[in-house]
Amino acid sequence: MTEKTLRSGALSPGLTGSPEHVKSSVSKFRINKDFLFEYKSVIALLIFMVAVSMISDSFFSTNNMLNILRQTSINAIIAVGMTFVILTSGIDLAVGSILALSGALAATLIGMDFNIMLVVTLTLAAGAAMGAMSGLIIAKGRVQAFIATLATMTLLRGATMVFTDGRPISASSGAASDAFSFIGSGYLFAIPFPIYLMAFTFLAAWFVLNHTRLGRYVYALGGNEAATRLSGINVDRIKLAVYSISGGLSALAGLIVTSRLASAQPTAGNSYELDAIAAVVLGGTSLTGGKGRITGTLVGVLIIGILNNALNLLNVSSYYQLIAKALVILLAVLVDTRSSRQS
Amino acid sequence: MSTQSKSEPVFQMKDVIKIFPGVRALDGACLNIYPGRVMALLGENGAGKSTLMKVMTGIHRCDEGQLKYHGDDVVFRSSRDSRERGVSIIHQELNLIPELSIAENIFLSREPMGRFGRIDWKTMREEAQKLLDLLDVPFDPSTPVGKLSIGVQQMVEIAKALSFSSQVIVMDEPTDALTDKETESLFKVIRQLRSEGKGIVYISHRLQEIFQICDDATVMRDGRFIAETPVYQLTEDDIIEQMVGRSLEEQYPRIEVETGALALEVKNLSAPGVKGISFQLKEGEILGISGLMGAGRTELMKALYGANAAQSGEIRVAGEAKQIKTPAEALQSGIVYISEDRKGDGLVLELSVSENMSLCSLKRFQSAIGKINRSREMDSVQHFIKAFNIKTPSAKQLIKNLSGGNQQKVAIAKGLMINPRVLILDEPTRGVDVGAKKEIYQLINEFKNKGMSILLVSSDMPEVLGMSDRVLVMHEGKITGEFDRQEATQEKLMRCAVGKAA
Ligand SMILES: Nc1ncnc2c1ncn2[C@@H]1O[C@H](COP(=O)(O)OP(=O)(O)OP(=O)(O)O)[C@@H](O)[C@H]1O
Ligand SMILES: [Mg+2]
Repeated sequence: MTEKTLRSGALSPGLTGSPEHVKSSVSKFRINKDFLFEYKSVIALLIFMVAVSMISDSFFSTNNMLNILRQTSINAIIAVGMTFVILTSGIDLAVGSILALSGALAATLIGMDFNIMLVVTLTLAAGAAMGAMSGLIIAKGRVQAFIATLATMTLLRGATMVFTDGRPISASSGAASDAFSFIGSGYLFAIPFPIYLMAFTFLAAWFVLNHTRLGRYVYALGGNEAATRLSGINVDRIKLAVYSISGGLSALAGLIVTSRLASAQPTAGNSYELDAIAAVVLGGTSLTGGKGRITGTLVGVLIIGILNNALNLLNVSSYYQLIAKALVILLAVLVDTRSSRQS
Repeated sequence: MSTQSKSEPVFQMKDVIKIFPGVRALDGACLNIYPGRVMALLGENGAGKSTLMKVMTGIHRCDEGQLKYHGDDVVFRSSRDSRERGVSIIHQELNLIPELSIAENIFLSREPMGRFGRIDWKTMREEAQKLLDLLDVPFDPSTPVGKLSIGVQQMVEIAKALSFSSQVIVMDEPTDALTDKETESLFKVIRQLRSEGKGIVYISHRLQEIFQICDDATVMRDGRFIAETPVYQLTEDDIIEQMVGRSLEEQYPRIEVETGALALEVKNLSAPGVKGISFQLKEGEILGISGLMGAGRTELMKALYGANAAQSGEIRVAGEAKQIKTPAEALQSGIVYISEDRKGDGLVLELSVSENMSLCSLKRFQSAIGKINRSREMDSVQHFIKAFNIKTPSAKQLIKNLSGGNQQKVAIAKGLMINPRVLILDEPTRGVDVGAKKEIYQLINEFKNKGMSILLVSSDMPEVLGMSDRVLVMHEGKITGEFDRQEATQEKLMRCAVGKAA
């Protein structure tokens, strides 16, 4: 509103009032804009929550809140890895395939009576290695991230099909199967265990991005690769690191999914990369890299999680859910590009 | 145009105020642009020159102030709007798309169209060629801009601004990256524009140029208007005094330092763009590297720094043979290189002042668990902000919001922070004001005094002559002359720079 008035006033000089008038409207406008810009995703989230709670009574119940967080945890954990990748101005399409293959690996190991700690460690390491493969192709082969991870995505999905023979692998029998089921379905102090995993992932990512060299280098690399290289930083190693992180976190999400279903599905994680990318972008991270915050990603995954939950509560059919989700994402990104163009 | 008769200004700005968060960038700035005259806009780094021009051309909106164009109040909505109404600007920072050709860059978003909305490449190339001829640029319009040196890219920017056939043209430090010859062609064009009655604003930190090309001079300080004076009434000292508010003695404060052991020895080094280079550098010595643009100076420096792969030859640091294949290895051996191209590969514009400054030396601030000790980092950054007198509201300010000269100071501080043995400075005072130049020279001296060796690459001959203990001259990738300070003269350097024997 203020913006409109200001613009038209400035355009037709004859109508401009006294300088004081111009000044006051300008400064008011600036405060509003800065505030909105900084917190627009949080504000969107809050408005959204209020709106949903008005339509549905059950929305604000503790149960439903925990439910949302638990369901969100899988996308959240993947989105954290995606944030690292996108900050370096890359993209990781392979997260869903990594989730499926590491889930299948975990279920197999459980079936072979492996110790739970060993299963978790091996699965996470395997996920990181799969991510590293993308990283290697991108860094050493100088292939664009989109193409490189499109290839690894397809390759790993194929590998999953071969490995599982296209059939689910059960994780409900084996020495460690009870412990394994705790990962996705267990409760600690009346809070689902995946929520702890999600919280831990965010805290760790926040620490790495804001307080370590790796984090600083991730931002630098996304902002200006040539300058980062010329500052004596091993850019290839940073790329390798972010894709490994993304792979490892996809494997963690794979553990949760597999544990919850007590079996590994060969089609698990299909198109999960899209929700993760959407969450990162909703959180204000720029796809061109170098700009964004992990807290933004948290807000982004919550928006998507609550949206999914609300559409369920309102009994919207799953076909319409997709359309509604697409519209919200589009709207958010449009608002985002408009406001950043103005600043 | 006689120098006495000033007609009404084509463009007039009065009492302009512009506030950025934490900075009063403009605080009562005024500027008059007269038809058929060149107005110099002068001031220290961060005085607000670029900001004033951005307010004028609709990139920023001012918080207060009056803008009059042809006598009418005016506010441009965008730089595009201003261009279409006859006011164009050549920005201090280059804004070209490296993958596109010269012609495509010049006519970006207003390509001449043929039938069926097809781009008329022939007309486009011909028009571009005309502009390039006007500016004596010896490149084909279809050359990708990314392949050109920064100087030639700057000429392309100038060609682009000319192509709008504007009434008012602003040039924000256009000669920053130009060779003397290119500068001469630019001046020729400026004189022609002036005779056509165009109003021109010329921003530069090279004061000699003001006397060569400008008719009037407006001086700003801290965002404020100080004075508008016809140039013929001014001396260089007057200008400096108006700019800094006090007079400066001795532009080049060279100091004598007892040189120590050999810090760097290069034997027969060949790398992309350089052939068979040998030289020595002692502790506490400043070795100037002179030459024309494209002589291979930057290529040599990048080879020493491991950013370009050396093909043959030997590099010894403090007597030890070193294999330097990456910048990381160079840093480890105590060699640091500060790029001439701030926006390209010098700084990360989206990061803050402190994050840029400490980028090379983060390891030093790391604790045992891998956490960066921010307060120690900040202490170090603050120290350099003070020592270099860097104008910024805080160390957390994004570097892209700093004025060009202050960005340069951050870049130099970044190199000094790792406390190197050999400091390579590539055009370190490009775009830096007279006062700050002297501050930078004094800082270089301070480190020289502590035994640091410095390679000073510069196209500014008085600077090379004034600061160096020895001077090397390069031409076409080879060293064509070496002079001691006493025997070096501008003429001798120039002869070697164009490839004639010393
Ligand atoms: N977008 C911005 N946001 C915040 N501060 C800004 C912004 N643009 C400029 N400034 C500040 O405004 C002041 C004036 O900057 P400006 O670029 O106009 O200086 P300048 O006179 O052109 O200097 P130089 O000779 O170094 O180019 C500086 O202190 C700068 O840090
Ligand atoms: Mg400037």
